Amino acid sequence: MSRVFSFHGGIHPPENKKQSTRAPIAKAPLPKQLVLPMQQHIGAAADPLVKVGDRVLKGQLIAEPIGRISASIHAPTSGTVVDIADYPVPHASGLSGECIVIEPDGEERWIEHQGLGDYRALKRADLIEHIRASGIAGMGGAGFPTDVKLHLSEDHIINTLIINAAECEPYITADDMLLREHANEVVGGIEVIAHLLRPSHVLIGIEDNKPNAIHALEAALKHCDLNIDLVVVPTKYPSGGERQLIKLLTNIEVPSGRIPADIGIVCQNVGTARAIYRAVHFGEPLISRIVTVTGDAVRHPRNLETLLGTPFSTLLEACDLRPDALSRLVMGGPMMGVTVDNDRIPVIKTTNCLIAATAQEMPPSPPARECIRCGMCEQACPAELLPQQLYWFSRGREFEKARHHNLFDCIECGACAYVCPSNIPLVQYYRFAKSEIRTEEREQRKADHARQRFEARQARLEREAAEKEARRKARAAEAARAQSQKAAATGNADSGAAQASGAPDIKQLKTAAAVARTKLKKAQKAYDEALAGNADNLKALEQALEEARQKAEQAEKALAGGVPPQSQGAQADTLKQLKTAAAVARTKLKKAQDALKNAEDKGLPGVDKLRQTVEALEQKAGEAEQALRDAEQKPAAAALNAAPESTASRPDSKALKQQVSIMRTKLKKAESALDSCEDATERSRLEAEVAELRTRFDAASTAFEQAEQALIDAAAKAGVDLKQLRIDAAMARATVTKTERALQKAEDDSERARLEQELSAARTRADALNQTLSQYE
Amino acid sequence: MALIHLSSPHVSNANSSPNMMRLVLIALLPGILAMTVFFGWGTLIQIALAATLALLFEAAVLRLRKRPVGFFLRDYSALVTAVLLAVALPPFSAWWVTATGIFVAIVIAKQLYGGLGNNPFNPAMVAYALLLVSFPVEMTRWTAPITQGGEGWQVASFIDTLRVIFGSVEPAFYDSFTGATPLDELRHRNGLTTEELWRQSDVLLNGVGAWYAVSAAWFMGGIFLLSRKVFTWHTPLSMLIALFLVASMFYGFDPDSYVSPIVHLGVGATMLGAFFIATDPVSSATSNRGKIVFGASIGVLIYIIRTWGNYPDAVAFSVLLLNLCAPFIDQYTQPRTYGHAKPNRGLKGKNQ
Amino acid sequence: MSTILTAVIVLFILAVLFGLLLGYASVRFRVEGNPIVDQIDAILPQTQCGQCGYPGCRPYAEAIANGDAINKCPPGGQATIEALADLLDVEPIPLDSEHGEEKPRSVAYIREDECIGCTKCIQACPVDAILGAAKQMHTVIASECTGCDLCVEPCPVDCIDMIPIETTPNTWKWPQPPSPMQLIATDTGRSIAASEVNS
Ligand code: SF4
Ligand code: SF4
Ligand code: SF4
Ligand code: SF4
Repeated sequence: MSRVFSFHGGIHPPENKKQSTRAPIAKAPLPKQLVLPMQQHIGAAADPLVKVGDRVLKGQLIAEPIGRISASIHAPTSGTVVDIADYPVPHASGLSGECIVIEPDGEERWIEHQGLGDYRALKRADLIEHIRASGIAGMGGAGFPTDVKLHLSEDHIINTLIINAAECEPYITADDMLLREHANEVVGGIEVIAHLLRPSHVLIGIEDNKPNAIHALEAALKHCDLNIDLVVVPTKYPSGGERQLIKLLTNIEVPSGRIPADIGIVCQNVGTARAIYRAVHFGEPLISRIVTVTGDAVRHPRNLETLLGTPFSTLLEACDLRPDALSRLVMGGPMMGVTVDNDRIPVIKTTNCLIAATAQEMPPSPPARECIRCGMCEQACPAELLPQQLYWFSRGREFEKARHHNLFDCIECGACAYVCPSNIPLVQYYRFAKSEIRTEEREQRKADHARQRFEARQARLEREAAEKEARRKARAAEAARAQSQKAAATGNADSGAAQASGAPDIKQLKTAAAVARTKLKKAQKAYDEALAGNADNLKALEQALEEARQKAEQAEKALAGGVPPQSQGAQADTLKQLKTAAAVARTKLKKAQDALKNAEDKGLPGVDKLRQTVEALEQKAGEAEQALRDAEQKPAAAALNAAPESTASRPDSKALKQQVSIMRTKLKKAESALDSCEDATERSRLEAEVAELRTRFDAASTAFEQAEQALIDAAAKAGVDLKQLRIDAAMARATVTKTERALQKAEDDSERARLEQELSAARTRADALNQTLSQYE
Repeated sequence: MALIHLSSPHVSNANSSPNMMRLVLIALLPGILAMTVFFGWGTLIQIALAATLALLFEAAVLRLRKRPVGFFLRDYSALVTAVLLAVALPPFSAWWVTATGIFVAIVIAKQLYGGLGNNPFNPAMVAYALLLVSFPVEMTRWTAPITQGGEGWQVASFIDTLRVIFGSVEPAFYDSFTGATPLDELRHRNGLTTEELWRQSDVLLNGVGAWYAVSAAWFMGGIFLLSRKVFTWHTPLSMLIALFLVASMFYGFDPDSYVSPIVHLGVGATMLGAFFIATDPVSSATSNRGKIVFGASIGVLIYIIRTWGNYPDAVAFSVLLLNLCAPFIDQYTQPRTYGHAKPNRGLKGKNQ
Repeated sequence: MSTILTAVIVLFILAVLFGLLLGYASVRFRVEGNPIVDQIDAILPQTQCGQCGYPGCRPYAEAIANGDAINKCPPGGQATIEALADLLDVEPIPLDSEHGEEKPRSVAYIREDECIGCTKCIQACPVDAILGAAKQMHTVIASECTGCDLCVEPCPVDCIDMIPIETTPNTWKWPQPPSPMQLIATDTGRSIAASEVNS
């Protein structure tokens, strides 16, 4: 039955396996610190369950899996969690990832654990759950969570289980030594897997360069009643690749982009089988593994049973490293491993080998030459690709073509780069191309997602606008109806209306005022235009304007008079109205001022009139604001008096704050306008404006500060409103940063000085606020 | 300590491109020896001349292109090109013929395209074809081999050969020991049947032995390279088989007007072409199936051009024509990748 | 005379035949192409930042389809410009710096204890990536944020930071190996360019 087939390509690199098989497996020393990355497997990183300072026992769960494809992590020994932070992890990028650091106490105290006894009596789902809880992930290299593979029999028909003992990479002997010393445990693990997957036959693939391991396995298999075939395959790299081994043993190819289970095959590594055995029969989670430490730079290459999280330096020391001979530290095998630049990187579940190579052993590769299209790579490629074409496409960033040439079927085995006479780092090109393609895809996905959200939002906004429009129309209709009713009502009874229907009255007045205002605005605009154009009908317009103004004034007065000092509940409403009125007055004033300035600049007639208007408006604005302030202060004071610890004083300072920020924005705008302004006269005008705005801004901020001071005092008196305080502090800080930024941008010296002054003022304020804040916090 | 981001693999085998070129040079030795034995000193002198010029031109162009001269000279590719051209030229060609050829091969056909690895055509064959078209008389005047009356060897001593090549002897002297090649003879048959022609012609009767011997030497070199895995069997074998099959077909059909397949394989540049020219990796197809198509097409083309074309030998033109087709062949002969039901065909992507 | 006539008739018939054939082919094998705007929009990064001067990527896509320059999108950078150039068959041009510079991708982060709950950032965000309500603390859903910067300016207390996205081992990319030429050549940019011309 056990015929051996063959796969295309492959190479025979020097094996270098003898060095590390001379000594039996030893236990690695306990390091001072164990660093456990949260990602030791393919899939989502685990999530820490412990906190810094926690005491943990050996085998205790310290991080739980997130999602289906993930694996839990256990404390490899007893001790204290001293840190949970980013540390360098074993990854080609040399970047850091989240790790839990445990300081062992040396007691090796186990958490309570026990085997499952007769696992055959258990439900399969429970058994798999137990294996998942033990944190077992594929130990051959990729680190795929094992429980996921064991579930496969649920939705696939699994007829073949392949146990991968080929270990084709040079130097690595971890599986070899494991089989020599613990073949029984491996076979025990295979029994568990076979029980779960129920394959019709089980194949163990092993390369013929491990005679001792083969003997040990044969002996172990004698006591096993399963139908297990031990298939000895010729030594050829990469026969240990999952797909290549499947082809070797069954002559079936796994379709591209699919998993072996799709053709009824599941592969497991011998190390994984043993881990399953330990978990099922002894209840031990995966906390250690066998690591080959070899290379010419260590004096005693051997295999070490190592706790996960042990830094490489500990292993190298245990094998007598010659530090000055070390030129390259490779994690994994020489064909597919990655170099690391840091010997504090820890062993993880997938670390099978550590090569401390000397410069003679792994010399730096000579400079690459141009590809001569010799086709050596193609002869060696086990995936039957055209590596030289892939190389051209990757190098030219023609990723679409590279994909068409099946770039993603490349298993990155390195056979092509090994044989390439031009020393081209082919695999790196493929990795580069693959990661570029993947990133592109990720970004495309993200962009599509963003587009969807953007379009959804756009649609929502449109809908809302439409709804608003509809509502507005409905309201207008309602208002018209009310008005006609009102007219009728006024006709009927004047007396009752004043009290009973105070609200409609006000509404009507408001409408009237608004109409008057609009008229005024129009008139003013016409007037301004006329003024600008030096029109003849200036007089008439002026009159019209005056009339309109009067009407508006009347209307507003009526409105102001018509708004009765209502009950406490309605006060907020009034306040709001007043605020609006004040704002409107301010805007008007501003416009009038602008017009005035314009007129003044141009020396137009009617300036005096305008000036008067402005004055009047100023007064009105002042009145409005006064009214607003009064109105605001009244309830505030009342509330403050009524309940000193209440937060009712907030609106005051908030309104002020808003004002300040508005002022600030205005000031900023004016300043930027000033900056971009070229014309001299324009400039002077703008400058004046800026100056004025600044005074107003200062006034506003002073008011604000005062209010704040009052607030703080109040707070101090009446308990502390921390949140408010904090916001203020944030505000102050923001001012500081904003000013700082402005300062950085500022070029002009005088500007600088001013800004600096402002900055220092802002700083003082921020400091003061912070101090107050810290007092209360 | 170690540099980061060194991509795997961290070991590689010692076979480098320069090494492969050296192997090719070694494999050329038996053929060169045979040619020297049968055709006199000319070959050696041509090789020396061509090699010197090639290195000079290459160095000059590299310097112009601001490339590290030593690094690229050490890849031996210029030497290989020079030797291939030199053995393809008639041993007594004038020096300027060789010089022109080398200039075209190195400067135009190779470096102007970007140097080794980027040239779409086989440089030596570009030069050869150009010379053949430009100087047809010079290019068809071969030395009579030693087997043909044994004159060539004695008549042209080393010094004489030098003088012939560098152009200081009477053309009459030159004519006395040169003549047509067997392929020429077979072309200009003046209405005779192959059989008659064969009996009549001195070149064919006595001279052809020398050609067979030289071909055998090339063949030995080729086998050596195959054994050292410098190239795969696909191109040469398919080329020879295709030539043989086509030739046998016509010969079996009408032996009087067509030439026997053995002669086709044994004379001219067939063996040299099969093992040293068509296998030039840079300008040939890449996949195994592609190489078979490539080689077979060359074989068929050689026969067609030799039989019905205007030029006596056809290796250069066939190889160049197929060089032209190589990218196209590549696109349609991608191997079936592991896990795929069938190979991808053609090219994807917007450009080209 | 009759030969001429025959020739003319034959040519005419041929012309009609081929015309029919072509017409049929154009109907039968019509490529149902994406409207060009969709294709352009698919290339744009969808950051929706408005740096191009249009209110979002789609309007810019429309503008490009109507002949606007392709180099106004800073978030997409040179890669987007090249993709657009490829799609539209025009020469790629460098990014117009007037619209900003290509920056590393970032996400917005709200310093939550400083947020005053003004909802201004919510209104600014083009992809609804900010979560919050009036007077409540706001936060950015990092996975939805496109890093468009639009929420930074409106914040009255300046509590939004744009944090560049860090590469993690999962998003790390293998660098492109230096080209064979660069490894050994001590040469300058000029000759690299020359080699590209030659090759
Ligand atoms: S082995 Fe190297 S030189 Fe040869 S074809 Fe492949 S990539 Fe090119
Ligand atoms: S690395 Fe990829 S292309 Fe190279 S031999 Fe391995 S599978 Fe083939
Ligand atoms: S600049 Fe911003 S809005 Fe404009 S296309 Fe680019 S990402 Fe979209
Ligand atoms: S959160 Fe800010 S940066 Fe992110 S998408 Fe929304 S507005 Fe842009």
